[in-house]
Amino acid sequence: MTPMAAQASKVATAFETAAAANRAALIGYLPAGFPSVDGAIDAAVAMVRNGADIVEIGLPYTDPLMDGPVIQEAVHHALLGGVHVGDVLRTVEAVAGSGAAVLVMTYWNPVDHYGVEAFARDLASAGGSGLITPDLPPEEAGSWLDVAREHRLDPVFLVAPSSPDERIALISSVCRGFVYAASVMGVTGARTSVGAAASGLVARVRQHTTLPVAVGLGVSTGSQASEVASFADGVIVGSAFVKRLLGADDPASGAESVGRLAAELAAGVRR
Amino acid sequence: MTTTPAQEARGLEGLGHFGRFGGRLAPEALMSALDELTTAYEAAKTDRQFQAELAALLHEYASRPTRLTELPRFAEHAGGGRVFAKREDLAHTGSHKINNVLGQALLTKKMGKSRIIAETGAGQHGVATATAAALLGLDCVVYMGAEDTRRQALNVARMRLLGAEVVPVTIGSQTLKDAINETFRDWVATVEYTHYCIGSVMGPHPFPTMVRDFQRIIGVEAREQILAKAGRLPDAVIACVGGGSNAMGAFHAFIGDEDVRLIGCEAGGDGLGTGRHAATISGGSPGFIHGMYTYLMQDGEGQTLPTHSISAGLDYPGVGPEHSWLHETGRASYRPITDSQAMEAFSLLCRTEGIIPAIESAHALAGALEVGQNLGKDAVIVISLSGRGDKDVDIAGRWFGHLGEEAAK
Repeated sequence: MTPMAAQASKVATAFETAAAANRAALIGYLPAGFPSVDGAIDAAVAMVRNGADIVEIGLPYTDPLMDGPVIQEAVHHALLGGVHVGDVLRTVEAVAGSGAAVLVMTYWNPVDHYGVEAFARDLASAGGSGLITPDLPPEEAGSWLDVAREHRLDPVFLVAPSSPDERIALISSVCRGFVYAASVMGVTGARTSVGAAASGLVARVRQHTTLPVAVGLGVSTGSQASEVASFADGVIVGSAFVKRLLGADDPASGAESVGRLAAELAAGVRR
Repeated sequence: MTTTPAQEARGLEGLGHFGRFGGRLAPEALMSALDELTTAYEAAKTDRQFQAELAALLHEYASRPTRLTELPRFAEHAGGGRVFAKREDLAHTGSHKINNVLGQALLTKKMGKSRIIAETGAGQHGVATATAAALLGLDCVVYMGAEDTRRQALNVARMRLLGAEVVPVTIGSQTLKDAINETFRDWVATVEYTHYCIGSVMGPHPFPTMVRDFQRIIGVEAREQILAKAGRLPDAVIACVGGGSNAMGAFHAFIGDEDVRLIGCEAGGDGLGTGRHAATISGGSPGFIHGMYTYLMQDGEGQTLPTHSISAGLDYPGVGPEHSWLHETGRASYRPITDSQAMEAFSLLCRTEGIIPAIESAHALAGALEVGQNLGKDAVIVISLSGRGDKDVDIAGRWFGHLGEEAAK
């Protein structure tokens, strides 16, 4: 193994593998602890077995102001069920063990409270690959960027359709792994159309970075995944997976349903 | 968390930091709007036309300056010194909230936006926002925790009468913090034509600074008035603190007057020991909430804790970051006032002065009863009477057993 290869993160490798196969990477999101800690692990593993390249594990938080009703409901139940940071790390470990690159998606206060350094250390030792931070702008991220480098974790920040070019340049410069492009102005949740703004945003991001650009918010079907895959390096799906769990009669059929959706989306990113 | 060198280099208010507190922790989708707002607000500060329009509205429409009324019979119970109330309850819509809302509504028009959204707890800020929207021809949506729409049904009706849409929020604890989350969610999707009129000195920069500046008039007027009436500066300025906008407004003009004690009264609920309270500075710890670094009520993993107060307007797990800083530097002090203490003071003001205060403001009155005992007969105390109590008659009636059903028990 060359020193360069040793540096490549699991996330970067996942994007390279997808690109080599001339397709987009499929990135699936599920919150830890819903319907239970083990139920979430089973569902995420089903996602990976059916074609997800990268998994985002959500850290349930009491005030998820970037999330729509579907994820809010799942997270609310996860918190009522008593999910802890330790459970999130256990989930990361189990899902990473299934082969996918795993990032934690989290609002900032739980990380700040745990201690940025301690969180990075424990996430890295659980086999996690990085952190997606939807409410942390790069301007406020100072210590996290240093710590991420030290623990070889990928910091992923979001760009939005409203981001001016200067901010896109700033955000792209601090991201590693990929840049998360929010397809529309709004919170998480399935939408009938992914938004014309998405392809324009991806094009603008590409002017500032060679990192892969993944598009999230609103994607729920194979055909939407296919559409996004035509202009982005990765397709991120969250609420549609969570909805499968919310609508399931029992955890086993929920995980199975998540697996079926992953297969549909995986076919979509390959078209 | 310690202050980063970058934050220190920015100075006190560089990017909305007050020492290590404040800042701007916001979703990327809102960063441009926050920049736009900062620029618009900075321009408005020196825009003579804007300032003249705002001054005219505050005078002709909101009835400013509000009076500074001496409360001699109440003062007998507060150590026997002189006690004055800054009568924000007499401002149009019945609370200090109108000061901030008129400023932000004018700014909304300046930015060319047609829609204004707001969160509300007790309903005071929602009513003020609905009022300003009606006055200036803006579409208005107010988010209110479902629990609060029940506690403050009359204010829901007032907002609807004024043409606003009121959306009950049924997720989470169904109170103010959840209403704030929901307003942010609306804003992220509508920011192009919508301004989020935050009702307190909280949220991401520039809100804590901007709202304080719009509320500063409380203390500016009170300082002049007390000098005229008492011939000297007060020994203490006392205000209730939820998010802390009336307190920040009352305190700010006195910050340089080192001998004036600034005292914030937080919602002690059932008592600090019970955990059922909303006394953020007295019983919380620093962390991030709603876009700012400040004291908040959180558990061992940084999850926001449920709060309790008899007063919907103080029932919030965070506090404006400048208060956290005033606390940390020792320039202001904060104390919890329990529901019972607040209601005793509420009743006392009704019966000694013929003024029915908002239950929020009653926390400041209770603080004055405590502080006055320590300061003694020569003291001069200014209380920010932030709102009137009409909206609270139902709650107070039940508390004291004056309502039929309860009285019969």
